[in-house]
Amino acid sequence: MTAIRRLWAKPAVRWGLAGALVVFAAALPLLDLVVPGVLPGPTYTPGTLQILALSLIFAALALSYHVLFGVSGMLSFGHALYFAVGAYGLGIVLERTGLDLLPAVGLTLAGAILVAGVLGAISLRVSGISFAMVTLAFAQAGSVLIRRNPGVTGGEEGLGLATANVPDWLVGVADTRNLYWLALGVIVVVFLVVRWFERSRAGHVAAAVRENELRVRVLGLPPLRVKLLAFVIGSTLAAVAGMLFLLLQSGVTPRAVSADFTLTILVIVVLGGVGSRWGAVVGGIIYTILDQRLTALAGSEWVDALPAVLRIPLSEPLFILGTLFILVVLFLPGGIVGLAGRVGRRRATTGDARDRLEETT
Amino acid sequence: MSTVVLLLITGLGLGALYFLVASGLSLIYGLMGVLNFAHGSFLTLAAFLGWETARALGADSWGALAAALLVGAAAGALVAAGTELLLIRRLYERHIEQVLVTVGLALASVALFDGIWGTDPQFIRGPAWLAETTEILGARIPNNRFLLIAIAILVLLLIVLFLRFTRYGLIIRAGVENRSMVTALGIDVRRAFTVVFAIGGAAAGIGGVLASHYFGYVSPQLGGSLLIFAFIVTVIGGLGSLPGAAVASVVVAVLQQFANFYLGGTGDLVVVLLLAVVLLVRPRGLFGRAA
Repeated sequence: MTAIRRLWAKPAVRWGLAGALVVFAAALPLLDLVVPGVLPGPTYTPGTLQILALSLIFAALALSYHVLFGVSGMLSFGHALYFAVGAYGLGIVLERTGLDLLPAVGLTLAGAILVAGVLGAISLRVSGISFAMVTLAFAQAGSVLIRRNPGVTGGEEGLGLATANVPDWLVGVADTRNLYWLALGVIVVVFLVVRWFERSRAGHVAAAVRENELRVRVLGLPPLRVKLLAFVIGSTLAAVAGMLFLLLQSGVTPRAVSADFTLTILVIVVLGGVGSRWGAVVGGIIYTILDQRLTALAGSEWVDALPAVLRIPLSEPLFILGTLFILVVLFLPGGIVGLAGRVGRRRATTGDARDRLEETT
Repeated sequence: MSTVVLLLITGLGLGALYFLVASGLSLIYGLMGVLNFAHGSFLTLAAFLGWETARALGADSWGALAAALLVGAAAGALVAAGTELLLIRRLYERHIEQVLVTVGLALASVALFDGIWGTDPQFIRGPAWLAETTEILGARIPNNRFLLIAIAILVLLLIVLFLRFTRYGLIIRAGVENRSMVTALGIDVRRAFTVVFAIGGAAAGIGGVLASHYFGYVSPQLGGSLLIFAFIVTVIGGLGSLPGAAVASVVVAVLQQFANFYLGGTGDLVVVLLLAVVLLVRPRGLFGRAA
């Protein structure tokens, strides 16, 4: 066990494992893997790739929220707004202007940075619960704007992707694997950006602000500027996830900016494990697949045959996910990743004393 | 003139609803520092149970309405107290986790209501008088607005009397001021937590039954949509302040009605703008104490 631990501590090993994971994920569309009960079909089929790509988008979104909540300790209830800015922004730019995909993405990104900067600067005048409320209110305003302007956003119907200026290799159902590879590329980039931010000086200050803001201020460091930076980075990454969502789903509906959607992101991050990058990724993937599977379960004959007391709760995926979430908050403070760590640690108690000392300090 | 009167009284009626939700939120936050996302679910559950009660008793009698209100209040109080005892109590002093648990409860319960009563709104009937209008200064005002205002004032009075003249009220007021001092004096504040949750739940329950008459239907989304405005009201009024919640409810609701009519349906946006302005000028809210 200690040998594995020592190996794990080497950066080269960790990079190698992460690289192998990415290569494996990239090879999935070329393989014929069947995971019964987890995936709806073999991994090369468009339906399965769609779900896998969606789970990667949710993982990227969870990573972006991790920058706010996990790193900087900002409990935002309006994160869905920036996801929607990405999705709707790109959709509207593609529909209204003759821009190609790449310039359109650039323009949307600039818009997202601007919106996040302005709203972030206002919201960050307050902290804690008030901050949560202000971000919730802004997201609500965004939701109202989107629903009330059907001429621009499609209203309740949602906005379809105007495919005229989107490259052909990203459009058809048969091209789902290209979208999957794009999603994989994006999540790798997002992961590296988040990692870079966490390890930068600003990231360390952000983490310090999370622990004790007064102390940071006493040390003469600027908490507000760092928080704003984290807010803008997190929101921009969410917009990136939103743009990818638009391409993958060929459209976006107002659900993407609802308060429920923000709560979903929060649920994902907490399920995976607050404060851990891999937790956010694992949470995003598990949540999406669980959601799909539970929806399939809800429609199955097996559930239909049950008495009402069991049938009603089981046919509501959100009820099961919500209950699971409560149980994780109550009994598993570290989320799924925390649980894995704990199991590993229990086994490691057979290791030498120095190892144990290192862990406790 | 008649339009102004109509908007004003309708605004007061909506403000009464906001107050019924926000009073509980504000008391709970003031005493325990918990932002209760499940408050909307208490309201929705009470609305559905009140509707079922009224249906069983014949929907258009006053007795059925009174029974619905009682059932709603009782259901709200019981579920709220249960939530406090089973979920919140385990996580004292861990505010983020407490918020998360109530978020999970809100998600799960709304899904459960979807499963039991369906996602479509259920249209309701009440006593015939509620559906009629009364003419005041040329404005034809739906009668249910008066009922809402009267009951909200009654609830405000009852809560104020409870806080002023009972032993638990004293403990709660002291707890809002300085909880650790109350604990140090050997008083078990925890029981007061349950009481506050029950009071807030009862107010939300009454609000739920009344909201179903105000909007004319019950749906699983009823609580969630009111909750967001109740949050805004609570923050504008100052977290933890009961008079703040009352004043802010009226201001927000009346402003919303006027903006909806005169500024082309922008009521929701104006309210958000008001929140932003209040927080920029006075981050602790209108009646909040300095942090």
